[in-house]
Amino acid sequence: MDDLKQANAEENLTVWKLRERFPDAILSTKSFRSEITIVVKPSEISRVCRHLKEEPELRYDFLSDLTAVDRLREHPRFEVVYHLYSLQFKRRVRLKVLVEEGEAVPSVTQVWRTADWHEREVYDMFGVGVEGHPDLRRILMPEDWEGHPLRKDYPVQASPKWWEEGGER
Amino acid sequence: MTEARTMTINMGPQHPSTHGVLRLVLELDGEVVVRCTPHIGYLHTGMEKIAESKRYQQVIPITDRMDYLAPLSNNLAYVLAVEKLMGIEVPPRAKVIRVMMTELTRIGSHLVWLGTHAIDIGAMSVFLYAFREREQILDMYEQVSGARMMSSYFRVGGLFADLPERFEETVRSFVTSFPDRLAEYEDLLTANPIWIQRTKGVGVIKPEDAVDLGMSGPNLRACGVPWDIRKSHPYSGYEQYNFEISRGTHGDVYDRYLCRVFEMRQSIAIVRQALERLPDGPIAVADPKVTPPPKPMVKKSMEALIHHFLLWSEGFRTPVGEVYQSIESPKGEFGVYLVSDGSNIPYRVHFRAPSFVNLQALPRMAEGRLVADVVAIIGSIDIVLGEVDR
Repeated sequence: MDDLKQANAEENLTVWKLRERFPDAILSTKSFRSEITIVVKPSEISRVCRHLKEEPELRYDFLSDLTAVDRLREHPRFEVVYHLYSLQFKRRVRLKVLVEEGEAVPSVTQVWRTADWHEREVYDMFGVGVEGHPDLRRILMPEDWEGHPLRKDYPVQASPKWWEEGGER
Repeated sequence: MTEARTMTINMGPQHPSTHGVLRLVLELDGEVVVRCTPHIGYLHTGMEKIAESKRYQQVIPITDRMDYLAPLSNNLAYVLAVEKLMGIEVPPRAKVIRVMMTELTRIGSHLVWLGTHAIDIGAMSVFLYAFREREQILDMYEQVSGARMMSSYFRVGGLFADLPERFEETVRSFVTSFPDRLAEYEDLLTANPIWIQRTKGVGVIKPEDAVDLGMSGPNLRACGVPWDIRKSHPYSGYEQYNFEISRGTHGDVYDRYLCRVFEMRQSIAIVRQALERLPDGPIAVADPKVTPPPKPMVKKSMEALIHHFLLWSEGFRTPVGEVYQSIESPKGEFGVYLVSDGSNIPYRVHFRAPSFVNLQALPRMAEGRLVADVVAIIGSIDIVLGEVDR
């Protein structure tokens, strides 16, 4: 229970600091299992990240992970998820950006260079474009691959016939 | 004219010193690397995609196959994530056994790293010694789980089975003999002038660059950033063990070597403490929705039979939500991001593989160095391609 209390207090700090600085960029916040999720306006994500990294009281200097989730049939369809960590304060926070199919998210490679490969993976696996990425190309799949494997409408297993018929969407 | 001076060569994917199927495109000016471009994905098996069609317990064997040198670390991160999602607290005995086995895993993984890294640089004999000791650890895997490599020993809610009889003696004899063996490896390498020449001042990375590039584990600590998830966010009861975090100063290949050797010593200390405090009791939670009932019960009790049937045919459901759980794997921060839609199958599983992120720093370390240094640097990052490509 102590963990929970602490997390809520922290939620106040990070969320409060962000709301103060970017009143319009924070769309919603959520706490589950003492983890904080903040949904950010797509156009503001890069600025929000830079602020979280540089603000002396927050110092989220380490981008642990960057990935995406396909919420097929929901709008917007894709969630791009950022897991931030502060080495100094030992805090974690999760940021989310929601984008529709065909839309691009702004790159955060200017904030953390580690985002480079992560964003390429998101592009490769989900087909979510990344604006301002220095070298956006597929990373795990071959360059001439068609489709984006981690999309929910991409089959886990499919016969060659399925592909010949153009895939059942 | 500058283009005529440089030559582009291909290193890998079938090259023994790339530790698997890593391909590097090297642009060389004489012996000096001007540009290094890694190409990955040759071992991509779509594990995250497969996990989206398996029940929660069925994902465990998939995790073994990522960092196949540290299968139990991967298992641990995944089961901790599911337990966090479900709000399960495992019994103390299971926690201690988990710590003991993952620390043995760390030693096993570091031994493979040491052996292969040394053989890359030309020190043949270390490889043979390191694999001799690793064999003992694989034997222990076999004793607890029946499998030498893909052990899948941990389960959501606890363990697959209790330790076999006399297992503690096996571990005790290993922790007694291993420190001397480690001293032997150090005799061969630590003060060896050739080893020092090949590793000191090679592949240097500054702490701020390492953080910026998301490096973790021994690679980050070798730069002097003392971040170890076992200390900063203890899981599975790590806060109760006495051990120190490795820490380097120069961030070069040699310091990464020292850090990992130091970590093996600390792991031995943790295994010793785990042996001392190993409590009696159950090895899995008593919740029949998660833990299968004991076999004799299935034959006698109707309820147990139903639970058994449901567990193997349907699995269990988890609450709607999302969690991120990371652990200190031998390679660095191994994270599992789990999204649940309330069904018995994960909606999305993402593995934050430390090798994937650490490898990204390779060009930074290799550019401006000699081709031979690239081999030393790859070895020192300690990548496993199964985890890079997933």
